Amino acid sequence: MQLETIKAPGSPTEGQETFVLNLGPQHPATHGVLRVKLTMDGEYITRAEPVCGYIHRMHEKMGENRTYAQFLPNTSRIDYLSAMHYTHAFVGVVERAVGIEVPPRAEYVRVITSELNRIASHLVWFGAFLLDLGGFTPLLYAFDDREKILDLLEGITGARLTYCYYRFGGLYNDVDEAFLTGTREFVTYMRPRLDMYRELVTGNVILRKRLEGIGPISAKTCRKYGATGPVIRGSGVAHDVRKVMPYSVYSDLDFDIPVFPECDCMARYLVRMEEMAQSLRLIEQALARLPAGPFVAAKVPRVIKLPPGDYYYAVEAARGRFAVRVVSDGKEIPYRVKLRTPSFANLTLFEEASRGMMLPDALALLGSLDLVIPDIDR
Amino acid sequence: MTLSEPYRLFFYLFGTMAFVGLNAAYLVWVERKGAARFQRRSGPTEVGPAGLLQPIADALKLLSKQVLVPPEADRTLFRLAPVLVMAPALMCLSTLPYSERLGARDLNLGLVLVFAFGSINVMAIMLGGWASRNKYAIISSARIVSQNVAYEIPMLLTVITLLMITGTMNLREIVEQQAGGFWNWNICKLTANPLMPVTFVIFFICMLAETNRAPFDMAEAESELVAGAFTEYGGMGFGVFFMAEYANILVGCSLATILFFGGWQSPIGVLPGHLWFLLKLYALIFTVVWVRWTFPRTQFYRLLNLSWKVLIPLSLVTLVLTSAMLKLF
Repeated sequence: MQLETIKAPGSPTEGQETFVLNLGPQHPATHGVLRVKLTMDGEYITRAEPVCGYIHRMHEKMGENRTYAQFLPNTSRIDYLSAMHYTHAFVGVVERAVGIEVPPRAEYVRVITSELNRIASHLVWFGAFLLDLGGFTPLLYAFDDREKILDLLEGITGARLTYCYYRFGGLYNDVDEAFLTGTREFVTYMRPRLDMYRELVTGNVILRKRLEGIGPISAKTCRKYGATGPVIRGSGVAHDVRKVMPYSVYSDLDFDIPVFPECDCMARYLVRMEEMAQSLRLIEQALARLPAGPFVAAKVPRVIKLPPGDYYYAVEAARGRFAVRVVSDGKEIPYRVKLRTPSFANLTLFEEASRGMMLPDALALLGSLDLVIPDIDR
Repeated sequence: MTLSEPYRLFFYLFGTMAFVGLNAAYLVWVERKGAARFQRRSGPTEVGPAGLLQPIADALKLLSKQVLVPPEADRTLFRLAPVLVMAPALMCLSTLPYSERLGARDLNLGLVLVFAFGSINVMAIMLGGWASRNKYAIISSARIVSQNVAYEIPMLLTVITLLMITGTMNLREIVEQQAGGFWNWNICKLTANPLMPVTFVIFFICMLAETNRAPFDMAEAESELVAGAFTEYGGMGFGVFFMAEYANILVGCSLATILFFGGWQSPIGVLPGHLWFLLKLYALIFTVVWVRWTFPRTQFYRLLNLSWKVLIPLSLVTLVLTSAMLKLF
């Protein structure tokens, strides 16, 4: 009996001469230990196979053998660039399950710090993406701005990157006057900077030629692979957890979801640039409305036990939808912690999207997905 | 002052080597300091005043490293490539006139010689990449060859345009024709070719592409090809490639100075000639550095399209225009 060989999509056809190019685990464009096995036909990619697991740290398994309070710092280490959002999701799932009422002041401060964190994360992406495209200088400018955010957050959280500022029922400590005035100053400082980037970088003809029409990802592909965040919004789908499943006080605040229907790298670039402006708007509103009062709920149980059941909480992290699903059997330790990370879903579409692309364009596409490698492997 | 032959030979050999060596080392410093200024940081500061000894420290570090040859590589070619890439740059500089009295050799076909040696550089990088037996290096080699073939054509077309105006290939004579104020420089000879500034821009773009400088640094596109053709080179092997890049920029900018900006000719009459030459040369080199730290890289196929679809037709237009103008007036 003749066995029919099943070929993976994009594998070389008869007579096609290909070679395998190993992109990573150590490669300047992957920004971490991501490995992509590229089957190349000349400079064209016939198949790109991402290989995960080089930085797997078993965060989900760790969640199963420590208490909720002990696991909280872990969440800030999954995506080290948007730690605020990740801790927010885990804190949120516990608060929802136990039924802790979070005081409004804490919610507003969460919005302010989350949006600051989003800007910082997008600035890192902005610099690194331009670095992928061969422009060195924007990285230094972006890090200069990000430094201001990190200084602000360091003042209230004590950490510069892996914050554990949100606690069950509120915050670790209250914001001080220095933070509030500093944030106000930052908003007025950042707006002209964004205009400058728009003029210097977005308007550059070489950049536009490199990004426009490159790496199209249709909305259908995005849905198929579960892509979220700026990736799906760059494909014309206005999906943002802050709007579709509002959490915290986002429903009270006025902001827009930037959507660009072009599906190319430029659309994803513009989404993120526009999001920074929207985050500034959110911060401004939250600062104006910031109520007085306690920063942590009065009644938070000393030992946190979730009633038996299945709980889910999603937030809009800088890279897309981050969700925590906790299954509890009523003990102090969760039965199962499932972490749904945006970078993993965004990476999976790379195989399909990069088929037939040239290497430099595929790297522009990879950069426009804004992957954080520990977020893929967790 | 004219030296007798053996001294002259020694003096110019030593002089050219020292000029290239110093420039290659200190252009790295200029590039790092310049980049630091564009990026609002301070660059090298630790070694010596304002980091001036940094290139020497770097060179010593590179020299102290073992030259590793990958086991799969072609040993002869792998070791030969850095030498081949450096030697043509040195040869080119020996034909350039620096001032009325300074210049190693006056050749009647100086310009042809510079371009002949210039193309060896391409072959050397290609051989280096090919001999490394590294996939990234081979992709880079293929890119270098097609890029340089594409860009040598418009470059030579602009040079032919100039040759029709000057009527000589002797670099010294070309400079002497441009004497007497900046309106006599070739770039301002609008009566012979109204598109002369465009011709210069084509020449400059081609020079950037020939020397593999950003935004055309396809060969060493580190975010794509790691370090391109130089991926497998370590120690001084890499160091020589690195120096050769700057030596080639030096040659390219010197040539632009001689062909378009009147070489050592002073625009206003003050200062001796060789100082003017250096002034113009470094102004051009600064532009090269400036461009690198301002623009992102283009794609490879766009680079080729730019050459075949824009630069070559444009340079042909200037060529035809110049011949018509010379015939008419």
